[in-house]
Amino acid sequence: MEKMHLDKHISQRFDADLERLKSQVLEMGGVVEQQIINSVKALETADSKIAERVIQVEDDVDLREVALDEQCTMVLACRQPAASDLRMVLTVTKMIRDLERMGDEAQKIAKMAIALNESGKAPGGYDEVRHMGALVQKMVNSVLDAFARFDVDQALEVAKADKQVDREYKSAMREIVTYMMEDPRSIGRVMNILWALRSLERIGDHARNIAEHIIYLVRGLDVRHSSVSEMEAKLKKS
Amino acid sequence: MEAVMKKTMTENSQKSAETEKMTDIAQDISKQKTVGKPFSDNAKMSMRNVNVFYADKQAIQDISLDIGKNEVVAMIGPSGCGKSTFLRCLNRMNDTIESCKISGEITLEGDNIYHPKQDVVPLRARVGIVFQKPNPFPKTIYENVAYGPKIHGLATRRAELDEIVETSLRKASLWEEVKDRLFSPGTGLSGGQQQRLCIARTIAVSPEVILMDEPCSALDPIATAKIEELMAELSQNYTIAIVTHSMQQAARVSHRTAYFHMGKLIEVNDTKKLFTNPEHDLTEAYITGRFG
Repeated sequence: MEKMHLDKHISQRFDADLERLKSQVLEMGGVVEQQIINSVKALETADSKIAERVIQVEDDVDLREVALDEQCTMVLACRQPAASDLRMVLTVTKMIRDLERMGDEAQKIAKMAIALNESGKAPGGYDEVRHMGALVQKMVNSVLDAFARFDVDQALEVAKADKQVDREYKSAMREIVTYMMEDPRSIGRVMNILWALRSLERIGDHARNIAEHIIYLVRGLDVRHSSVSEMEAKLKKS
Repeated sequence: MEAVMKKTMTENSQKSAETEKMTDIAQDISKQKTVGKPFSDNAKMSMRNVNVFYADKQAIQDISLDIGKNEVVAMIGPSGCGKSTFLRCLNRMNDTIESCKISGEITLEGDNIYHPKQDVVPLRARVGIVFQKPNPFPKTIYENVAYGPKIHGLATRRAELDEIVETSLRKASLWEEVKDRLFSPGTGLSGGQQQRLCIARTIAVSPEVILMDEPCSALDPIATAKIEELMAELSQNYTIAIVTHSMQQAARVSHRTAYFHMGKLIEVNDTKKLFTNPEHDLTEAYITGRFG
């Protein structure tokens, strides 16, 4: 099948089940995306209030994951989906796991923001956080959009963007190490920045995982553990 | 996210256009070529360009397919798609229908089964069939199984016949349940037991190929599970072609699955591939429950 669609089943309730799964994943994705934006903002602006809010909302993300998982189980048990429908349900179960982990990482960043507020600002690294935060947030937004439109090309772009995030992370690390060497007393605070950057890098990895799930969903191709060029080759071949 | 939802809505209108396209494909069915893997390197039975007519009505259009040695091939498709007709061609069960005309070639180990000199009685011993409804003879359990070997002269002495009956009933996983009442009527067994008796009766004449025409559709889930287990064991020694309405059953028991639609063979693929990522839009539509 070149193009995915969830409707046109003889059973309209099956259409509704799948559409509901999709819209609820997008809702959950929207919440997680906002969590990432807020956690980065909390760190940048040293705003503990925003950070506290991120920590509270994390519970909501967890509940959404559990509810969606339950719905997937019901669809599998009641409909015994096949082909693209089966891939849809499997993809949702995997996607929500990645989304939930992204939420966890956002919560970690929020905790780092609170810790930094208590211990005083770090000597640097905020530009790196802002920069990587923007990149990662764009990836998350883009991968959710790719899911909404079942767009393989856009998913591939997200996988490419993850490589850039990895590069940015490495160069930020080098920068951070120099801050530590310049002023060993700041190591504790700089470590908080470092953990935040690490969380952003992980969020990028989860976005890439979701991109891989989308490629499986639409094309039935398993592109896990492949480089971007291998992914492109596999897509071309199929 | 709002922007995302809006985009989804415009997608929806494009989707209906695609569905129309699919309807066109369905109407243009006679031009369809089989996609996937219809052929086998190790064919037990080979069908080439088979057409079947019932009087003026064409039931099967130009089907080519191999069934490999010790392979289980499942045939699925909506009612009236020709899958049962096709199955019945494989041991000339359609010969009994006068208006039925067949063209093309069907071979068993290279021998044309429609050769004018081919006798259908030994053919049907080599290619056995199990029907949808269990149909034991109105005789004892023992006689049901012993009848075939007797008329085909497979046993000369009573002891030999006893052995064939026991082995066949064991292979059909029925022996333990009936060994103490071999001489009570076969029709007194439960539906699932009767169907296994029919399978034992088929096995008793040592066939090479077993055809099954919806063998579980009259059975409860437990009897169905027993027959499916049996098929997995039988496939070690026999070649099996099964027609089934249960897609889950096809997915569970077969190595390859063939999807029929309006007399055409649309797609044949490894079962795993066909049920997770079919090549043809019609296969996808059928197995996901998008049309009947």
